[in-house]
This record gives sequence, C-alpha cells and structure tokens, in this order.
Amino acid sequence: MPEAVRLTIDGRTVEVEPGTLVIEAARRVGIRIPSFCYYEGLSLAGACRMCLVEVEKAPKLQTACTLVAAPGMVVRTDTPQVAEARRAMVEFLLTNHPLDCPVCDKGGECELQDMAFAYGAAESRYAEAKYHVPERAFSPVVYYDRPRCILCYRCVRVCEEGMGVGALGVINRGGRSEIAPNRGDRLECDECGACIDICPVGALTSGMYRYRTRPWEMQHVGTICAHCSDGCKTTLGVYHNDIIRGNNRDRSGLNGEFLCLKGRYAADFVDHPERLRSPLARRDGRLAPVSWAEALALAAERIRRAVERGGPIGIIGSNHTTNEENYYLQKLARQGLGTRNLDHHRTGDVPALMAALGGRPGGEATLAELYTARAVLVAGSDLAQQHPLLSWQIRADWRHHQAHLYVVTRGPVREDRYALRSLRVSPGEELAGVISLAEELKREPQLVVVFGDAIQGGDVARLVEFGDSLNIPVKYVCLVDYSNSRGAADMGLLPDLGPGYQPLAEPGLSLAEMLAAEDLEVLWVVGANPLKDGRRAPPGAFVLVQDLFLTETAQAADLVLPAASAYEKTGTVTNVCGQVQRLRPAVSRSGVKTDLEIFGLLAHRLGLDLGPATPEAVLSEILATTPGYDLPLDLLAAGVSLQTRPVAGAAASRRGEVRSAGDTLFTSGTLGRYADILSRVEEAPGGLYRG
Amino acid sequence: MKFSEQTEAKLERLLAGFPPDRKRAALVPMLLFIQDEVGAVTPEVVEEVCRRLQIAPLEVEEVLSYYSMLRRRPAGRYHLQICTNISCMLVGGAELFRHACRKLGIGNHEVSEDGLFSLEEVECIGACCWGPAMQVNYEFRHRMTPEEFDRLVEQLRRNASSQAPE
Amino acid sequence: MLHPEPHPLEVTVLTRRFRLPNSASIEVYLATRGYEAFRKALALTPEQIIEEVKKSNLRGRGGAGFPTGLKWSFVPRGTARPKYVVANADEGEPGTCKDRLLMQYDPHALIEGMLIAGRAVEASAGYIYVRGEYRYLIEILDRAIEEARGRGFLGRNILGSGWDFDLHTHSGAGSYECGEESALLESLEGKRGVPRIRPPFPATAGLFGCPTVLNNVETFCAVPPILLEGGAAFAALGTPRNGGTRLFAISGHVRRPGVYELPMGFNLLRMIEEVAGGVREGRKLKAVIPGGSSCPVLRAEECDLAMDFDSVARAGSMLGSGGVIVMDETTCMVKAAARILRFYAHESCGFCTPCREGTAWLAKVLARLHEGGGRAEDIATVRETARNMLGRTFCPLGDAAAMPALSFVEKFREEFEAHLEGRPCPFEEVAAHA
Repeated sequence: MPEAVRLTIDGRTVEVEPGTLVIEAARRVGIRIPSFCYYEGLSLAGACRMCLVEVEKAPKLQTACTLVAAPGMVVRTDTPQVAEARRAMVEFLLTNHPLDCPVCDKGGECELQDMAFAYGAAESRYAEAKYHVPERAFSPVVYYDRPRCILCYRCVRVCEEGMGVGALGVINRGGRSEIAPNRGDRLECDECGACIDICPVGALTSGMYRYRTRPWEMQHVGTICAHCSDGCKTTLGVYHNDIIRGNNRDRSGLNGEFLCLKGRYAADFVDHPERLRSPLARRDGRLAPVSWAEALALAAERIRRAVERGGPIGIIGSNHTTNEENYYLQKLARQGLGTRNLDHHRTGDVPALMAALGGRPGGEATLAELYTARAVLVAGSDLAQQHPLLSWQIRADWRHHQAHLYVVTRGPVREDRYALRSLRVSPGEELAGVISLAEELKREPQLVVVFGDAIQGGDVARLVEFGDSLNIPVKYVCLVDYSNSRGAADMGLLPDLGPGYQPLAEPGLSLAEMLAAEDLEVLWVVGANPLKDGRRAPPGAFVLVQDLFLTETAQAADLVLPAASAYEKTGTVTNVCGQVQRLRPAVSRSGVKTDLEIFGLLAHRLGLDLGPATPEAVLSEILATTPGYDLPLDLLAAGVSLQTRPVAGAAASRRGEVRSAGDTLFTSGTLGRYADILSRVEEAPGGLYRG
Repeated sequence: MKFSEQTEAKLERLLAGFPPDRKRAALVPMLLFIQDEVGAVTPEVVEEVCRRLQIAPLEVEEVLSYYSMLRRRPAGRYHLQICTNISCMLVGGAELFRHACRKLGIGNHEVSEDGLFSLEEVECIGACCWGPAMQVNYEFRHRMTPEEFDRLVEQLRRNASSQAPE
Repeated sequence: MLHPEPHPLEVTVLTRRFRLPNSASIEVYLATRGYEAFRKALALTPEQIIEEVKKSNLRGRGGAGFPTGLKWSFVPRGTARPKYVVANADEGEPGTCKDRLLMQYDPHALIEGMLIAGRAVEASAGYIYVRGEYRYLIEILDRAIEEARGRGFLGRNILGSGWDFDLHTHSGAGSYECGEESALLESLEGKRGVPRIRPPFPATAGLFGCPTVLNNVETFCAVPPILLEGGAAFAALGTPRNGGTRLFAISGHVRRPGVYELPMGFNLLRMIEEVAGGVREGRKLKAVIPGGSSCPVLRAEECDLAMDFDSVARAGSMLGSGGVIVMDETTCMVKAAARILRFYAHESCGFCTPCREGTAWLAKVLARLHEGGGRAEDIATVRETARNMLGRTFCPLGDAAAMPALSFVEKFREEFEAHLEGRPCPFEEVAAHA
C-alpha cells in the first residue's frame, strides 16, 4: 500500500491515495466542487472550467478535475475568487444557451439549472444574439439540440470509452462546435442512450420520453430489466400508469448507470396493440374471448381430468417469470399434479457448471468481479451484443485496471480491440481454443471465465478441470439468455433436478420430449414459445398457454390466459451471475393476472393446498428450503442484489438440449418482437460476431 | 480513387514519414494535398482517405470541419484570399477586400459565375510587414492596392483564357 | 520582402545569409560554415550540447520565452521509446512574419538546429509543422531536406556517427490554435487542433506520447550560431537572462515596415523611429502592440522600453513572438480591438467554456460598439468578460484574446466612450472628410 498523500482543502486535512484528483479528495470530506465535464470513470477533459480552485503558490486558479493531490498541497474552494470564477463560468455557459427550460425535457433535473441556482448570478449581462441551429434527430431514440449543448463531451467519451462504440464526435470549431453522429446525419450505434443520460443538460434527449411529461410529475420505480439475463436495474419513469422512460441515473443496481437499448426504451411491449387483455378459449376452432371465471374453470377441469385419468401432463416454464412463480409452478407440478415432466428452454448449461464446481465457494463471479478481475476469458459469446453489461464491465476493467482479456469466438467481436489475445475458432472448437491458451493463462494471477452455450454438457466439467489445472483462482460465469433464465434453472424447472439442483429419483420428459410425446394429455406452457419455429403441439393434448401475446404457441392453444409482464409484478429474479434481485411493479394493466396469481387460482380450483400464492410467502419458502437461496430477506427486500450460495449440483444435461437463442442488442426472443423500438432503430447493426 | 502521379508521390512521401502504425498522422496534409488536386474534400475523397488511413468517416469529419483551409465545395480557379487582420487592416486590408467584392461582384466565400474567382476574407497569413497582403491560391501578393488588384484580376483572366481549361 | 541592405543597427546572426544569392541552397550554406555547428555537436555529449544552449540564455522565440536549454534537459535519457524533435513553423500570431523569412532564405539553419536538438536528446526523427498557407515553404524545405540527406546530414548513420535521424515536413490546414504546442501535436497526429491537458508536457509525453522537443523555428535557427561561437558569445549579444538577437517584425504605420534582427533589449522607440523609419506621413505615434496581437497594447508614452522578455513584462505587456504592430494617431482603437477579437473568436478551438463563449462575446460587443450600437454598460462588460477569461481557459488562447481586449479598453477608455450612445466612430468621420 503506497503512502497516503496528505493535503489541506478549505482548512481540512484530507488523506488520499497517491494519484487522487483534488476534486475527488474534496468529495471525500464532503466538499463538493462543481463540474460538468469531469465524470467519474471517464477520461479527463478540463473543458468546462467549473471546478477552478485556489492552490497555494499557484499563480492562477487550477482545475480540480485535472490536478493530482500532492503532499502538503493547500487548496481553497471557498474564496471570493473561486465563487467569482464559478459565477463567470455559469454566465459564459448561459450566453448562448436558449433558456427554454419551461419546455425542456431536462427542466427540473438539469445540472446547468442546478449550477445556475447554486453558483450563478441572478441576471446575465449578455445582450447579443444567441447562436441558433435547429434541433436534429440522430436516430429515433436520440435527438440533439445544439443551442442547449454546453460541450462537456461526456457523451462523446461515454460512447467511445464506456461503450467502446465511438459513434459521437465533435465537429466545427469555436462557438460553432457541435456534437455529430458517425453517419453524417444519423447514428449507427448500439442506440443505448447512454449519451442522453449522461448529458447534464437537455442537449441530448430521448425519442421515447421527449415532450411527454416533466421529471417531477413521474413516479420513479426501480426494477429489473425484463429482457436479457444481465440483470440491470432500470428506473422506470411512470406517469399516469404509463412507462415513459427507463434510466438509472442514480447508479443504483449492479449496472451502475449502464443500460442498453432494451433497459432504457424497450418497455414499450407493455402496451403493444397485440397485448392480450382477456382469456381466449378455442370455440369452433377459433380463439374467442371468455371471462376469467370460465377460463379458469376450463383449465382446472382439463387438468383435473388428466390427473384423474393418469394422462401425462407436460409443463414448459418460462425464462422471464419470477423465482416465486417458477418455484410455485414446480411445486404445483410435482407435489400438486404429480407430474415430473417439467422443463424450460435452457439457454446455458448452468446445471453442468453447478455439478462441476461441486459447491465450492467463490466458484461463480459476480458482475462487480468482472470489473476488478485481473484477467477475463470470454469463450463463445459476442458479449457486446448478447450481454452488454458484462461487456461494459470488462471494458471498464480494461480501461481502469488494464485487465488482460482473452477472447475465443467464432467471429469478430468488439472485445477484440482491447483483448490481449483473440482466437477465432470453428463452432464446437471453443473449449479446445480455451485450452490452447493454457501457457498464457497460467501466468495470470487470477481469471474469470465467461462461457456461452458452445461449452455444455461434459465440456463444462472439462473446462473447470482445465481451470483447476492453471493453479490460479478461477471463477466462472455461465451465460444464459433472459431475465430469469438462471432462476428457471435454480428453481428446478428441469426434468431431472428440483430447486437448488437437487437430483430427482426419476427424471421426467424434457422440453423436446414433451413436444414429441404422442400421449400427452395436457401441455401447459407458461411464458414460453416452444412452437415458434413451426413445430407442432403434441396431437391430442389440451394446450394451455399463459402469455402476454398471441405467440405461435398461444395461437395453437386451446386456452390462453393473459399474463402480467415483469413490469407489473413483484418478485425476485436471478441474473446470469446468480445474483438475486427484486422486481417492483411500475404499472398495472387491466384484464391480466400475474402467473403466480394464475397458479394460485388454479391450485385453489384443483383443491390443492400448496400454501399462499403470494410473492412474499413463496419467497420465504424459497429462502428457507432451496439450496443456495438461504439469503437474508431484509437485504433482498431493501433492493440489494445477492449472489446465491454455492450448491453442489448433480446431473448434467443431455447434450443438445441447451441452446442459446442468439439474441442481439436489437432482438429479445419472442418478447422483443413486441418491443417496437427494437426494430424502429433499423439502421443499427444487429448481427452477432461482426466486430 | 486515384490521384495524379504528383499527388500520389506527395502522399506516399507523407505516409513514409510516420511509423506504419501511425498512418493517421498524415490526415491533415493528406486532405489538403488532395483538395489541391480535386478542388474540394468531397464525400468520395473522405471515403478514399478513410480507406487509406483505416479510420472512420467521423474522424475525418471532425478534422475536415475544424481546419479553415479545408472545404467541401470547390473554390474558383483562382482563390483570392485577402487578409484583413490587424497589420493589414492598418494599411488598408479591409478596404482592399471591399474593393475586391465590388470588382468581382461576389461576397466572402463566394465563387464568380464563370468559376474563375472565389473570394475569402482571411485571417493573418504571415505577411504583416508587406500588407495589405493576399494569396492567389498559394501565391503571396504583397502591398496590394485596389489598382494593383484590378490589374491582377485582368492578368488572371488573360491567363485563364490563354490556357486550355484543365 | 527584404530591404536591399540590413539596417545599420541590425546584428545579423540568424539573418546573415538572407541576402546571399541562392541562400537557401546547401552549397551556399556549406560555404558559410553551414553544418559546422552540427559536426561540432557530434563530438559533444548530449549534456554538453544542452549546457552550451543553457549558457546562451536562449529563450523560446514562439512567444512564451521559456529557456530552451532547460526545456531540452527535461527530455528523459535512455528510454526505450522513440524521441522526436518538432519545429513549430505554424507562425500565425498576427503581426508576426519572421519564421517565414528564416525558412525561405535559410532553411538549412532550421535543419541544422533541429539536428543538433535531435542529437542533444537522442531523437530518431523530426517534423517541421508548417502552416498550410506557407505551402511554398514546404517545397523549399523539402528540397533542403533532400539536399541534406544527399550530403549525409540526415538519414542513417549520419556522418559515420552511428546515429540515425530523419526530418519530414508536415502541413497544417488553417488553424491558429495549432501554434499552441500541444494542439500542434494533436494536429500532427491527424486530429483536431485541440490542446492537451498539461502536464505531462511534450518533453516527457509529446508526439505519439513519446518524449518530444518542440521549439519555434527561430529558436532552432539560433542553435547553430550558439554551437559555433559558443553559448556565452550568443548570450553577450543580448541582455542578462535574454540571450542573443531577435527577429522583430515591425508592421503597421511605419515608413519602413519589415523584419529586423536586433539585439535583445533593443529600445522599442528607437526600433520604430530609427530602424523602421518612424511613423508614416509624420503622424504621431498612438500605440504599439509589442509582441503580436495577443500582447497587451502599450500607449505611445509607454514605449520607451527595452525589448526583452523581462522588461516588456515589467511594462505590463509581453515580448511574445516579436511582432511589433505600430498604430498612429488616426487609428481607431475600438476598431483595432474589435478586429483582434474577431480573429480570436474565429480561431478559438471551442474546447473550453470561457474561451469559446468569451471570445465570441467580446467580438460581438466590440463590433457592435464600433458600429455605433454601443451602450454604457459595454465597457464594463468587455472588461469583466476579459477578466473572467484571464488565467481560466484551458490553453493560452483565452489569455491571448483577453489581454488585448482588457488593455485596449483600459488604456483607451476615452475612445470607447466616444463610441457610446449611437455616436459614429470619430475616426471614420475623420477619414470620410479627409
């Protein structure tokens, strides 16, 4: 540990580690030095000049954001000269600023407003014409208003450094400088909107949110993104029961301020015109609306008939429903209905990893550890497309900690640009590629291995064996696709494993087997679309579907029950790193019920006593009974993300039953089809392995 | 895009001056040298430069829009650049520029209808002791007067008509 | 551009070859002790070369006046990274046109100066960054570099010393800001001319992040004479702490404008009266900007002053780049200030707030004032805006704009007041009736 640097700020002694900037040193002791261009985690600019401070023996004011604390340095932030400099800087910024705050989206949460309030003067002496150019749409989701721009370059830097995209630049010079998109008149990028969120003023605004409401009129509901498995917290802005925007400006959640297009904008599926609002029953060959009472009665009757006749029931669970729903569903299936035929679309071989790790502590990496790891190996995934938060974390690790990155993929990926080694392999050769890096990896002090579905079954055990052979601490992340894919496996929506990967005496049918079965009496599909590839439902089976939309599977159903979305319910989900987080309902929609409610109502009608079907009660049961989930409830309830504890898993899946859907930033399985915004940004490149 | 032998030789020499992994360093003169031949930095030129230096169009755009000598549209065959900065102003630079506008019937950054002349009021060109100064393309003209300017314009017109258009 | 003969008061050290026929050729250069200094330097250690330059009291001729030997000594020794020498030939400070003559008439002096600098810091390559408008100089320099290569002064194993060093010309494309050293390096790397955060300074992290010696053309040109005659001899030409001669470009309202090489510390009034032939048409001197348009203006009565860095600083201005701009009694100081500020607003790179907004603001207020739309509060606005920029911008361009604005309005307040409340410019009136 290098010796601390001791300096004085406003008469207070501060001790900081060498290399600390004065602006950060001041923050440690609660002295706030204003800044626009300084932004933690991004490269330094020194452009806005708001953070000028007095430094003893320096002839002029210094920028606290570029000044490294030095031993014995005496800094003052509270002098009349500093106050005057700040006032002057605000005045300069306002000279060409339109002051259209009453109609500006940023009004009320604008850093320039705050700065003018805190440090500015009541009036401006500027009496000249203001520079004006019209606003431009960089993309359907990103708008740029040059007159409002204060040229702090945060957007340019977050795009280049944070996202690794570099789609924004600065053109022209002097007072005519402006931010420009990479395709002349438009953006070709991840459309993540990070530039909008990071903009301190209303220069970059969101196509989804702009001119729809004022910040103070919204409720802000922090929940977990409904799309991929990374588990980003998104703070939904809700106005009159409508989701107006998503962001994460308070940097809460394990994603800090990161969000991709999906977390920020793709809540629009909630009100897609095709959203189901009423149960549908097949009458004369066609699906027609029926009441919930009729629908539940029909469902209960067909299930009861199957149970009584001993006809097989097959249940396909969801990659999106909550842990509580998944847990309750498997309990309903196994204890209530006595069926072992339970599965879900498996997108990564988590059971195999659990078995290979054998319950060893620290075997799985957290998202935070992806930012601190000394070395990371990515095998078989285009992370920037498929797991953008993981990609962000690893990129930050490289930028801030010079982490070594190794990539083994079948095509070019964004990570190649800063990887120490990038290997291109043929499909199926991923593990061999990883093993070929042994000599280099052995020299690393520690390693996190992130692997996709290319490594599954016995290969996962071989991967962990290889990791052990390196004689360094190795952690793993087994990639899965969707918001609660991990939870589906953890809660035992598997034919051969119960909750917590506990082996079952006799395995049931897998998803593929259920679809191929000829004697299935009931096929119950919850929030999944197994028939999307033109597959047929098992002949003769009564098909019951719970979903938000009339998917291919729902269209083939005999009874469709409209379900609530993740943004309309309470519960917990578990992300790709096994981190459990809480959902909070942002809006409610009439006509739909949560999957848990539906399960509870059906259990009731079937006369089953499975305990109360409320998220709270089921969660308590999970925490009490499920291996790995003995987590403190109070912390979970407070919104903390907690990684599940190591479990000694048992069985490994049969090869070929694990398959990632290969979604990109601009697709999100069946759900993504109903998030129009994902297809409206059509100019964006969406392919996998395109670098 | 291929340029004349002379331009290509210039570009080659330019690139040879930098380490192979620092080709981008050639960007500013490269744009200027190509503009000298093509007349402007057209979208095709941008594309070609991106290809040669392996950089993104935005990186060229940032630079192209920054430097005042780089332009997107061709100037006249004779680009007349009159300095009106302080030293030249003191000895009649601004009056010379106004005279030039009247004489050619065009304003700042405009091109005469026949495409022969374009006019630009420029900042200091480093001829402060010999003002009012101007440049015809890259050629300096010192101690200009309105009369001298008129003679210059006539001379250039004669030159143009005696030479086959390029 | 040259007067037929040097003025009798001139001390021609850097300009001694200017009037020789074919002065730019290597034959003439070699015949006049060219590359002798470099041969001498080859026999010295890098430390000895730097010591000699330190002894000369040579200070940077670009404007800041930083001691050259000291600057060179900051370059780290024995690093594995390549090191570079860069000549700032982006002469752009209004009122300054001296480097142009040095490159036109004596390009080999620049090459030799850069060679010696390269040897002193063990560099492997050098670049001459020439402003885009000086295209003809690139051709002259390229020819000279070719000649020097042909004689073995550049390239591999120079004169059998085992040292490799080569030079390349590079063109700007219209940006005053690129004269600022870190912006120049950005431009040389193919980017916008936006300055860098300093420290680190170029000596440790310059071109491509490598240690770099960056000096003005005139500074490099002064190096061969220093090595040839010894640092002490060069120092003795000037005043204490201000060694040698300086090229002064005298422009504006004088009878014999031109570039003159005079000893450091030469009296400004004598420079105007005797060297430049006095104020034109027998008019009275009103004001002088002593070092290029970014330096605070001096009233006539302040001009009895030694032209060295320290004396001019004591008088409240700067020696800058040696561009002496002379204004006689017919000059409207509001108009002059407005023109100068228009320039800085045009050239501000726009990166930092106070320069981007401040230069444009000052330019607008001053233009309006001169055009007859002046309001009583404008004078205070100009002063305060300039003060709010001073010392607070990212690079010196903000100061370069603020200093003239502030000095013009403070020293010629009466002229600004005469423009207020819709009154027409009194000097335009005079001109109209003359």
